[in-house]
Amino acid sequence: MRARVFVTLKPSVFDPQGKTIVDALHSLGYGGVEDVRQGKYFELELAADSSDKARSMASEVADKLLANPVIESYRIEVEGK
Amino acid sequence: MRFAVIVFPGSNCDHDAHHAAKEVLGQEAEFVWHKETDLRGADAVILPGGFSHGDYLRTGAIARFSPVMDAVKKFAAAGGPVLGICNGFQILLEAGLLPGAMLRNRGLKFRCEHVHVRVEQTDTPFTLACRQHQVLRMPIAHGEGNYFTTPDELRKLEQNRQIVFRYADAQGEVSDEANPNGSIQSIAGICSEQRNVVGLMPHPERACELSLGSADGLVMFESVVKAHAAGLFAVAASVAKAGALTAAGSASS
Repeated sequence: MRARVFVTLKPSVFDPQGKTIVDALHSLGYGGVEDVRQGKYFELELAADSSDKARSMASEVADKLLANPVIESYRIEVEGK
Repeated sequence: MRFAVIVFPGSNCDHDAHHAAKEVLGQEAEFVWHKETDLRGADAVILPGGFSHGDYLRTGAIARFSPVMDAVKKFAAAGGPVLGICNGFQILLEAGLLPGAMLRNRGLKFRCEHVHVRVEQTDTPFTLACRQHQVLRMPIAHGEGNYFTTPDELRKLEQNRQIVFRYADAQGEVSDEANPNGSIQSIAGICSEQRNVVGLMPHPERACELSLGSADGLVMFESVVKAHAAGLFAVAASVAKAGALTAAGSASS
């Protein structure tokens, strides 16, 4: 099964890259882009026979390695079969 | 005394640290590959600078799982002096041996220059020989040195006097202009609650001889030699001999 993990900086953490990107967009004329937060996206191929197992496996690896809980949070989507 | 310099794939200041300990200070120093599980009777451990595992995912995020880190954690828990320099500091943060995390530098620039830091605490094994508020001139070279921690954790760091170095100007004045990366409270280095684990972004090992532009970093190595001679921050011999510092399972030689 496939799971997608989206890791983003917590709202309270300043994102220097997102700030630079939004500044660049403003200078390109996209004043309507009010804010950008940059994150990371992972696609996991999992040997799991149910979406519950896939979700718990994805959550375990996100906790252990993919995200740093001090500064980041994550969201998981499991592709249903 | 004997230093262990841990070598991760991508470490690039390991030889500088080894040189400072062995050639400049005249102490014993050994390289320890990250796959090893034995610190070989080290009295102090250095996690050097560099780009372990290419800085992939997050700086230090993968190195923290290296087999040698179990031995480093046990050494630290037993009170032994551990110094993390730059990437070594980032690894200590990811490993949870020090609190907080690193963000991209404010301004996103990789900063490679000499800076000044002010010594805030002199009761750690690596600042013992410093004067309170002594200003040290040392190089930095990092893209992710923007130290961050939560307000609660920051309060704890202050209460426990764990902020060891702050970025400052040559006169020792802490200011936003003297902060090269946006670190919260101008933090350049911190120590553990037990004070034996110290991490900092500047490179003392690259500032140990005047021919390198500064010898201000030498005092940090002299500090730990002095601590060792005085029997401070020493790992109990019984612990070391019992093999407790060797990670469980087979120890490589």
